[in-house]
This record gives sequence, C-alpha cells and structure tokens, in this order.
Amino acid sequence: MIDISVNTAAIDVAAVHALVEGNGAGAVATFVGIVRTDDGVRALTLEHYPAMTKAALHHIAADATRRFGLSAIAIHHRVGTMLPGERIVMVAAAAPHRHDALAATAQCIDLLKTEAPFWKREEHAAGARWVEARAGDDAAAAKWSDGRA
Amino acid sequence: MALTILYFAWVRERVGLAEERLTPPDDIGTVAQLIGWLAQRSPGHAAAFGEPERLRAAVDQQFRPLEATISGASEVAIFPPVTGG
Repeated sequence: MIDISVNTAAIDVAAVHALVEGNGAGAVATFVGIVRTDDGVRALTLEHYPAMTKAALHHIAADATRRFGLSAIAIHHRVGTMLPGERIVMVAAAAPHRHDALAATAQCIDLLKTEAPFWKREEHAAGARWVEARAGDDAAAAKWSDGRA
Repeated sequence: MALTILYFAWVRERVGLAEERLTPPDDIGTVAQLIGWLAQRSPGHAAAFGEPERLRAAVDQQFRPLEATISGASEVAIFPPVTGG
C-alpha cells in the first residue's frame, strides 16, 4: 500500500501512522520534518510542481517498497505557508521487521530532498529568501543508489 | 513545435511568469540551448538564466540533465535545485 499526499492542511501524525499499521507489519518507522524555530524564520512557504510532485513521491515510495519489502508506506508533504514548529513532511514505513522499516524511512527522506520538486522560501525579519540546496543532501541521496530500480 | 515552459521558485520570480508557451527555433535541441535562447527574451529572463549551472530541469515531468534533448517534448520546467523535505 502506497499513500501519497501533497496538501496545504496540517499533517496529522496519528492519522498517517494509522494508514500504514496492520497488514502484518511488525514495525512502523516514521520521520517528521518540522519548520525550525531556532534561526529567525518567521514563516516557511513550500512551492511545488503540481503536475509532477505526487508522481515523484510515488516513485520514491515504490522504490523503497521493492527494496525493503514494505507492507505499507505513506509520504505526506505539506505545501503553502507554514509557521515555525509546524510539520512539513511525514514518512511512515511499515515492514515485518524494524531494520527494513527504519532503512526505508531514511532512504525516502534522503531521496525526497533531491528527487521531489519542492522549493522552500523562508521569511525572516529582514526579508524573504529561497533556501539553497545543500551539497550534503546530494551525498545523502547518493548513498542509497546501490540496489535501486 | 509549441512548448509549454514552466518556471519555479526564484526562476519564476525573476522571469515574472510561472508559465509561457513558446515555439523555439528548430536549432534549439537541448534544455541548455533552450535556456540560452530564453535568456535573450527580456531582462528578467536574462537574470533568471544567466547562470545555467544554478539551474535544473524536468522534461515532460521527469528530472533531466541540462544536456537532455527537448525533441518531441511538450513541457519543459526550469528551476533551482529542489529543497523539499
């Protein structure tokens, strides 16, 4: 089961978790990305490429499902404007055992950083700026390249 | 052939458009060549496309390198490196 959502509404952690539980899963691993509160950001706006975004997330989820034998995975990403402390993204992966659930979650969030068409714009007291991609994100994504379809 | 060209993030802001529909000349065969052609359209385009090494692209909604062909494509998107998650 693959459940993808790209939405302006707040992410309900319990609801996303419930989507992937069951179906014989012995383990559910999750990752939640949150707007930072420690660097003067007043608001964060996520722009995306609507015609492409869900397909890109589905591709990432399907890759992880094949590689790690997942029983279910959900990737929910928020778009639009959000405030410090609010959730940006949640990945929840269910598998028979913990190692696969944990690794699948890590792979999905690392690949999402480089292979899904989202752009972050931060508003600070001094004005707004587009967030620059980090070289470390490419390196994190590259380490999963073995064993991918 | 007419091409739908989409812009995102600061590329969209500098161009001043989210989307335009254009017919590039026949000798424009790759995304990189398209970027060079677009840069001549207005000062905003020039500001968006002056540093191609800062740009990424998708052809028909698949991420592609700037050397990729646009032959037969109906939609090309040009944007900065993605920053989701």
